Amino acid sequence: MNGTIPAPTIEYALLAPMLVVFGAAIIGVLVEAFAPRYLRSAIHKPLTLLALAGAFVITIWQARTNIPTRPSAMGAVAIDGPALFIWGTILVLAFVSVLLINDEGHFVASASAVPGSAEEERALTEGAVHTEVYPLVLFAVGGMLLFPAANDLLAMFVALEVMSLPLYLLCGLARRRRLLSQEAAVKYFLLGAFSSAFFLYGTALLYGYAGSVDLAKIGSALGSVGGQDTLLYIGVAMLGVGLLFKIGAAPFQAWKPDVYQGSPTPITALMASGTLVAAFGALLRVFWVALGGLQWSWTPIMWGVAILTMVVGAILAITQTDIKRMLAYSSIAHGGFLLIGVVALGDKQQHNVSALSALLFYLVAYGFTTVGAFAIVTTVRDAGGEAWHLSRWAGLGKRRPLVAVVFSLFLLAFAGIPLTSGFFGKYAVFQAAVEAGATPLVVVGVVSSAIAAFFYVRVIVLMFFSDPAADGPSVVIPGGTWAVGAAAVLATVVLGVFPQPVLDLAHTAAQSLFVR
Amino acid sequence: MHYWLSTLIGVPVVGAIGVAAVKNDQRAKQATLGISLLVLALAVAMAVQFSPNGDKFQFTETYNWVPSFGVHFGLGVDGIALVLILLSVVLVPIVVLASWHEAEKGKRSARTYFALLLVLEAMMIGVFAATDVFLFYVFFEAMLIPMYFMIGSYGGAQRSYAAVKFLLYSLFGGLLMLVAVIALYTIAGKGSFMFSDLVGSIQDVGTQKWLFLGFFIAFAIKAPLWPFHTWLPDAAAQAPAGAAVLLVGVLDKVGTYGMLRFCLELFPDASHYFTPLVLVLSVVGIVYGAIVAIGQTDMKRLIAYTSISHFGFITLGVFAITVNAASGATLYMVNHGFSTGALFLIAGFLIHRRGSQYISDYGGVQKVAPLLAGTFLVAGLSGLALPGLNSFVSEFMVLIGSYETQPVYAIIATSGVVLAAIYILWMYQRTMNGPTADSVREMKDLNGREKWVLAPLIAVIIALGFFPKPLLDVINPAVKDSISQVQHVQEASKASVAQEGQ
Repeated sequence: MNGTIPAPTIEYALLAPMLVVFGAAIIGVLVEAFAPRYLRSAIHKPLTLLALAGAFVITIWQARTNIPTRPSAMGAVAIDGPALFIWGTILVLAFVSVLLINDEGHFVASASAVPGSAEEERALTEGAVHTEVYPLVLFAVGGMLLFPAANDLLAMFVALEVMSLPLYLLCGLARRRRLLSQEAAVKYFLLGAFSSAFFLYGTALLYGYAGSVDLAKIGSALGSVGGQDTLLYIGVAMLGVGLLFKIGAAPFQAWKPDVYQGSPTPITALMASGTLVAAFGALLRVFWVALGGLQWSWTPIMWGVAILTMVVGAILAITQTDIKRMLAYSSIAHGGFLLIGVVALGDKQQHNVSALSALLFYLVAYGFTTVGAFAIVTTVRDAGGEAWHLSRWAGLGKRRPLVAVVFSLFLLAFAGIPLTSGFFGKYAVFQAAVEAGATPLVVVGVVSSAIAAFFYVRVIVLMFFSDPAADGPSVVIPGGTWAVGAAAVLATVVLGVFPQPVLDLAHTAAQSLFVR
Repeated sequence: MHYWLSTLIGVPVVGAIGVAAVKNDQRAKQATLGISLLVLALAVAMAVQFSPNGDKFQFTETYNWVPSFGVHFGLGVDGIALVLILLSVVLVPIVVLASWHEAEKGKRSARTYFALLLVLEAMMIGVFAATDVFLFYVFFEAMLIPMYFMIGSYGGAQRSYAAVKFLLYSLFGGLLMLVAVIALYTIAGKGSFMFSDLVGSIQDVGTQKWLFLGFFIAFAIKAPLWPFHTWLPDAAAQAPAGAAVLLVGVLDKVGTYGMLRFCLELFPDASHYFTPLVLVLSVVGIVYGAIVAIGQTDMKRLIAYTSISHFGFITLGVFAITVNAASGATLYMVNHGFSTGALFLIAGFLIHRRGSQYISDYGGVQKVAPLLAGTFLVAGLSGLALPGLNSFVSEFMVLIGSYETQPVYAIIATSGVVLAAIYILWMYQRTMNGPTADSVREMKDLNGREKWVLAPLIAVIIALGFFPKPLLDVINPAVKDSISQVQHVQEASKASVAQEGQ
């Protein structure tokens, strides 16, 4: 008997981006514990930004030198072309989202104080701030990095929790409309916990079926294990529920508007961009690596989910009066468009590459535009915080033309008007779907786009064609928000006019496909 | 390598950026006029080098744009595109001059309006010059945005309703076309969107039918063909007069141009199959537009409905599949741009003076403003195709040409000519003749600027009425080429019918 246990090998260099982010998060916690209150925010800001930038640089360097063809860290993490692309995207989006946390007006002074109480009053006068926000964001981003790269279901579950728990907390920290914010946090937490349970239950069932939680082993078990189909199908369905919940696909979309509305807007921006990208990465990996062989079974369901998501998102958005809720429903509709791309993952290598690269491009294009749109939302303010009601935006085009023009640009990009990034994103996904024979889905997508265009255009009408109210909101643009807005405009226009470099990048990333 | 077309597109774009940056509104207007005249001069310089019997597409330029999708920035013109580009570049400086005081009423930024006008000009040239189907689609959709803002920000009382209706209708059609564009690319499997690569690549008739419908519905909404027309009267009535001229005069021609260029050439079998349907819609449009026009009380809406009738003639000409009819239809597109443009502008002058769009608020204008009335009459008579004026030639060609293959439809269409006389002359009679209404007694006649606006239009209307030959020389070879595919299909089907008969 050989009693020695082989030491696990861990490729630290490959995992470096994640390690940097998690390391910075832990340093952030130490800063909270030991640094004096007045220094904390001055340390956190550069630390967070540097960590994200550093991780991004390492990601780029890795992508340029060697892309591994085998899973790393004893098979728990797969760092492949798509994962690196998604990492890069998440890191950039997280960087710009963090730039939005640039004035303390977004976060509550003291989260534990009951809204409206004397304690809250005191915290406000003392000028207390929750600088824990920064390490929390870093933990969430670390989870986002691990989520799409996790190569077994348990690692993926851990990543899911690491990503979600800080976000549950961050949701409840909005400075204004605190009850709404706390309600959002509770809702997100409860529903998120449910979906995690679903995910875990699915993992257990699949383990029962395949005898492994490793994605590739589940994939190979599909062909060899017989007579356990009930276990398999229920497991896949549960896993699917957990993943689709994070994307906000119908019928699991109910949390999105409430959470987006209640959260501090920079956090909303992070969730709408980073979480969505990460969740799509994970969904693709699970359904392609582990369940690719089962495609005939899940594709019809995915069709239904995609159609429902697009239609629900587009139609319910029409009736919204809160700008953040409207953007939330728009995000649901876009999730539906992205699901078209998931369906387009076919059984031919050629289709896979084009569908995957289309999705990657779409995620970049949509992520930037979304962060930009939420950045604009933070700038339009009433006395009581952001001017959330749409009617307050009336006539903005006359009061602050530049802000209105930029916001219109983002809305047109959401609507997929040519010469904006959204158009090429949509085009790439639709084209991949037509190639894979999902033309009816594309027709539904096009009809929902037309419906969605209505509510985007309605906001433009409001901003430009109606007269401003006498006591209209003021526009405050801090420096960081300027930078975010400029970056998002640049991305939206450049990707809309010269998409080729990013398409090439996405194509190269997709070429290697997910490693098995 | 020459850069005629990219220069034609580039100059207004650069100009628009410049105009938007100028702080002084007066300067901005002068600059816009100067730029649009420069574009006109460039376009004329290019047009004289066009050889009618040379290559199908001339002045071609092709650059890779998005190689992953097989998209090129491909430009080139044949006779049809050339005359439509000329129409656009002639109308733009006229519209600039006519819109001189347009943007001042509502304290809205005048320079934005003129910058949008220049952006629109670039896109109008681009959409006709695109030889890449994807590029065509991009211009087709993107040109909605400047027009949307022109209607929505500078239009009449119902402007935001009209602007949204216009945008959503067009966008919906465009998105259907997008599906067809993607499917065309995928099924053709050429890895290229160049028109020349795609022609003849779809042989299967069933596929052609679906793709045809995707393109056709988009064009029918744009044109607009009955029953997709309801957005036009709203949009045209609410748009400022200058924008209405470009909307009806040029933008809508993209629809009929698209039918001639893309539907007929890419999907000849489907075009043959759907011909009866399109002809029925055209003829219904001719009669319906004319009858509804008679009943209008609002001048701009009336002109918009006359256009629906005229677009019926154009689509009839396109789908009659004879050289005469199709050439007539192309010439019709140009003539209609000028005569309807003149009508909208003069109506705009009237409305500017009196502050009302309603016909009943006018009467006897002829006595106080004879020049204004006179030009209105000439433009109106051109609209009803009086011999000697431009529209007569084209309308006659369409009717003669379509009678060769589709006698029944041609005969019904002729009723449109009679109805045209009613709606135009009755409007003229109610506004210009009779006792002078009190409200218009103080009305001033055309001023110098307005004379400069109308003189070129009236000159063109008369010149093309007597001497359309230069245009027809350019149009004819291109049209022959465009319809030849469908003619082959027709002959083949006739032959097979004859064989079955034996």
